[in-house]
Amino acid sequence: MSDIKIDQILDLKGVPCPMNFVKTKLKLESMQAGKILEVLLDDGEPIKNVTASTKEEGHEILKVEEKNGYWNLIVRKSR
Amino acid sequence: MSLKEDQIERYSRQIILPRVGGKGQEKLLGGKVLIIGAGGLGSPCALYLASAGIGTIGIVDSDKVELNNLQRQIVHDTNTVGVAKVESAKQRLNAINPDVKVKALNMRLTSKNITDVIKEYDIVVDGSDNFPTRYLVNDACVLEKKPLSHGGIFRFDGQAITILPGKSACYRCLFPEPPPPGFVPSCQEAGILGAVAGAIGVIQANEVLKYILNIGDLLAGKLLVFNALDSSFRQVKVPKDPKCPICGEKPTVTKLIDYEQFCSIKKKKEE
Repeated sequence: MSDIKIDQILDLKGVPCPMNFVKTKLKLESMQAGKILEVLLDDGEPIKNVTASTKEEGHEILKVEEKNGYWNLIVRKSR
Repeated sequence: MSLKEDQIERYSRQIILPRVGGKGQEKLLGGKVLIIGAGGLGSPCALYLASAGIGTIGIVDSDKVELNNLQRQIVHDTNTVGVAKVESAKQRLNAINPDVKVKALNMRLTSKNITDVIKEYDIVVDGSDNFPTRYLVNDACVLEKKPLSHGGIFRFDGQAITILPGKSACYRCLFPEPPPPGFVPSCQEAGILGAVAGAIGVIQANEVLKYILNIGDLLAGKLLVFNALDSSFRQVKVPKDPKCPICGEKPTVTKLIDYEQFCSIKKKKEE
């Protein structure tokens, strides 16, 4: 999708749960509200858990899409 | 300050928590806590605070570790019997978490030195085992406007309250004056179940963590009472007493008092 402007990218392929969420959370904390983060995550538990936990923290999930064996999670930072 | 890789791993389970996160962890690492007494209350409190990554922990005690302490004073161990309690505690806390700067204060607090000792800390934990120290700590914290977590244990009972000077009740609002010497069984006579000390010391650690993180509700104006035999907790509201001798409208205690150390005096007479 060309209309989403990604501000930061975090490659967490190979990072197990829950450290992948911890890193996502810390990255989002360091960003300004409204900025957009793209997170690269493994298939299975990682994409499931990180998406759910990020949503639970109140951030907006813009897109979840599979790409060549891994996943792209695109999040807009809230607050 | 930004978290290092090993810190992110070490504190990951609390960084995950809502309302803690990386910013909360940085507050904890910047936190300075003074623990008075490396005994039954101070031990569990210090262990949890060090594990949580409180950056600076001061510990005051003038005793050496004795074998009979180990039943409840879990920061010490068989190998440190005979060692100064503050040194024993420092070794253990550093072994758990090298992020923590432990200040071992091998001294007895008096009206002369306490103000200087508490000055540099954000909050004080009272884990003392005698009334003279308890009143001295309360009074010094009230006069210096230093937040204080009080804990007390006796046989199967425990209590805790958090004192925000000027805002919530202090220890003297609850008990205006120390009991007369001999009225309350002394430290050695009464006995204590180790797990009771553990429960209250951990409640005190939890109060400190909430205070530094600025989350939740403190036990300010609320005395938490624990009974181990029926496993009950209850909260008793404690309003600020306008007639309190130290934090009331017309205070009669305006400087620090060294009450008689009846415990040690009695012991000396027996010897």
